[in-house]
Amino acid sequence: MARGGESRQWHRYTPRQRLVRFISYLLFVAVTVWALRSVDIFWPWLFDAPNAMGDLFGRMVPPDFSRWSDIVRALLETLNIATIATFFAILMALPVAYIAAQNTTPNKAFLWLGRFILVSSRSVNTLIWALLFVAIFGPGVLAGILAITFRSVGFLGKLLGEAIEEIDRNPVEAIEATGASRGKVILYAIVPQVVPTFFAVSILRWDINLRESTVLGLVGAGGIGLLLQGAIDTFQWQVVAAILLAIIVLVLLGEAISGWLRSKVI
Amino acid sequence: MLQITNLVKRYGSDEPVLKNLSLTVPERNVVSVIGASGAGKSTLLRCINRLVEPTSGDIELNGVNLTKLRGGQLRHARQRIGMIFQGFNLVERLTVMENVLSGRLGYVSFLRAAFRRFPQADIDRAFHFMERVGIAHYANKRADELSGGERQRVGVVRALMQEPEILLADEPTASLDPKTSEQIMALLRSLSEELSLPVLINIHNVTEAKAYTDRIVGMRYGRIIFDGAPTSLDEAAMDEIYAGTPVDDRAADQAAGRPLETVPS
Amino acid sequence: MSAEVVAGAGRKWRKPPFIRNPVLRYGLLLAAAVYIYWVMTTLPFDWERIQEGLPRAARIFNGAFPPSFERSGLLIEGFVESLQIAILATIFGLLLSIPLAIMAARNLAPKPIYLLGRAIIIVARSFHPVIVAILFVKAVGFGPLAGILTLIVYSIGFVAKLLAERLEEIDWGQVEAVRATGAGYFKTLLYAVFPQVMPRQIGLSIYQLDSNLRASAVVGIVGAGGIGSTLMNAFGRYDYDFALAITMVIIAVILVSEAISGRIRKRIW
Repeated sequence: MARGGESRQWHRYTPRQRLVRFISYLLFVAVTVWALRSVDIFWPWLFDAPNAMGDLFGRMVPPDFSRWSDIVRALLETLNIATIATFFAILMALPVAYIAAQNTTPNKAFLWLGRFILVSSRSVNTLIWALLFVAIFGPGVLAGILAITFRSVGFLGKLLGEAIEEIDRNPVEAIEATGASRGKVILYAIVPQVVPTFFAVSILRWDINLRESTVLGLVGAGGIGLLLQGAIDTFQWQVVAAILLAIIVLVLLGEAISGWLRSKVI
Repeated sequence: MLQITNLVKRYGSDEPVLKNLSLTVPERNVVSVIGASGAGKSTLLRCINRLVEPTSGDIELNGVNLTKLRGGQLRHARQRIGMIFQGFNLVERLTVMENVLSGRLGYVSFLRAAFRRFPQADIDRAFHFMERVGIAHYANKRADELSGGERQRVGVVRALMQEPEILLADEPTASLDPKTSEQIMALLRSLSEELSLPVLINIHNVTEAKAYTDRIVGMRYGRIIFDGAPTSLDEAAMDEIYAGTPVDDRAADQAAGRPLETVPS
Repeated sequence: MSAEVVAGAGRKWRKPPFIRNPVLRYGLLLAAAVYIYWVMTTLPFDWERIQEGLPRAARIFNGAFPPSFERSGLLIEGFVESLQIAILATIFGLLLSIPLAIMAARNLAPKPIYLLGRAIIIVARSFHPVIVAILFVKAVGFGPLAGILTLIVYSIGFVAKLLAERLEEIDWGQVEAVRATGAGYFKTLLYAVFPQVMPRQIGLSIYQLDSNLRASAVVGIVGAGGIGSTLMNAFGRYDYDFALAITMVIIAVILVSEAISGRIRKRIW
């Protein structure tokens, strides 16, 4: 019985909610403390980091664009690697998406094969793929193209497969009812429904691939990364700055182009 | 002529959706199937062109038993059965003409289909029917730009393109406004006469069924309980078709000792 | 039913082309063909080296099978370090993202600060984490510190951008209501702005932890600590069986972390 005038308690959360929140906070703090205490960092380096970064930055200005023709050539190579690799990845992703979508897969074995391809492609990073292909085919653009292609197949295939799984069943039923064979049903009832996603996903992946292509050179797989690695190894920081600026321009251009394409196509 | 004998359709081990159903549709006859939702009208239609696999029974169209067909034979049989859907089921992103020509898919080669190079005879046929139903000027519009009535006309033309021996229409007017739906019913009726086509229509609207069809079949919970001329469908028959629950039916069946109602494991 | 259809005979029909202007249509096709030809002929393929590829691939795969878990101690050590890098980078990255996102939200920050915030985010987003990692490795040396700093930048680029976008979409009526009570800038943030973006923010954080864990495996390749460094060493010493073991464990961890983060986000959203 609350008497008038006695102050009533108010809490934002119920006791149970408070307990859950308290445990979450505790866990969070414990993990943070564990990570901070056990991570292998030489702390003086951390306190010196602003200095070191400042120093590095100081050596980068002003950027040295005297090797602009090399830079432009490398940018072009980067662009080509990204574009060609996206093209090949699209060709490879189409059949994989088809067998990895539950409603179009011929049978269970193909379904799992498709999923296996998608997962292994997606979980291995582009650079790790690049390491492998550099070891096989030697340093160069081929390793880069293959690395980007192999990573992109999983991305494209997964999103396309999901698009296939989400199509409207009704037109498919209608086309089947006309007596059309499997291939014609795909052509007339499935493909038209997936086309918008196909373009959106391909453009998106091209944009991502452009970014990824800028670092392929760091493991020897071609593109502007090669130039960057060389400049860093020889401590030409002003050239490094020029290359970094060039990369920003390339990436922003890629973003602008892909945005424009998206608005055009869809 | 369509002849259905002892058709049973059962999903899993549930109670059958169609129970020993028999029906004959002679040539040039517009038959409407009425009944409450869940009576099995839609399943009946889909069993005919095997979009739904019948459990047992026979369906014969002009002497061909449809229930036994497989693969290419089935597709060949489907070419001769036109179907019209409640939701039109057009491929929205294709043009009207492509949707119409998709009715010819069973006849043309894969390459022709892929490159949209249909024989001139098909194109003539398409324009003829599109003009007949008044949508020829939309040929290159995308299907999703059309109104409901226009889309259903596309659906009808697509079915006619198949040179069908029978038309199945699954609630063809349920998504349309009253005026448009009357137009579509009138269209189906006159097409049946012009092309001497039997037409089987599932329909909810009893008034339309009476006005536009030659014969009314009333279904309740998987079996036909009325079959006669529109004029003979009186108040009592209507009550019987739309009244009752599956439980009542089952009780009555058990009392009469009819076999199919006791659900085997 | 008769097939004799006379009316309308002879009318042609072709599918309307995707691009109406024929010059543009064939021009684009031609340009694409020329481009592919030009790229394939001018890219510096080292065909002699590539021809050695098959035997090399055979050797590598022979060396890689069966994967070797002999040095599992090294493997676990590398993973723990990757986890530490991911956790610390996520925490500090998120802490820095919040003020940066407020700076970069048009409706909450004055114009000059807004432009500064946007610029920082654009720079953080433009560079692939591996490039950032190389610079940090040069500045603060090999090891996890470079990895953490890299992924902080990476987290800022992603979280601050999305958070800023979310902040720009908030319901302004609630802000006005709280302001009308006489609350100042920070109290308004706390009572009218944060509650609107909180669920999204928590989801984003979990997603970011997941993607930092992925990225930490990569930045190690250029020396920024974690499992990536372990993998790079194995590759450098031609221990392909150990490298395969590491890769397999990376894939497994990524799949598990993706599943966990997906499940948590589903429950929060």
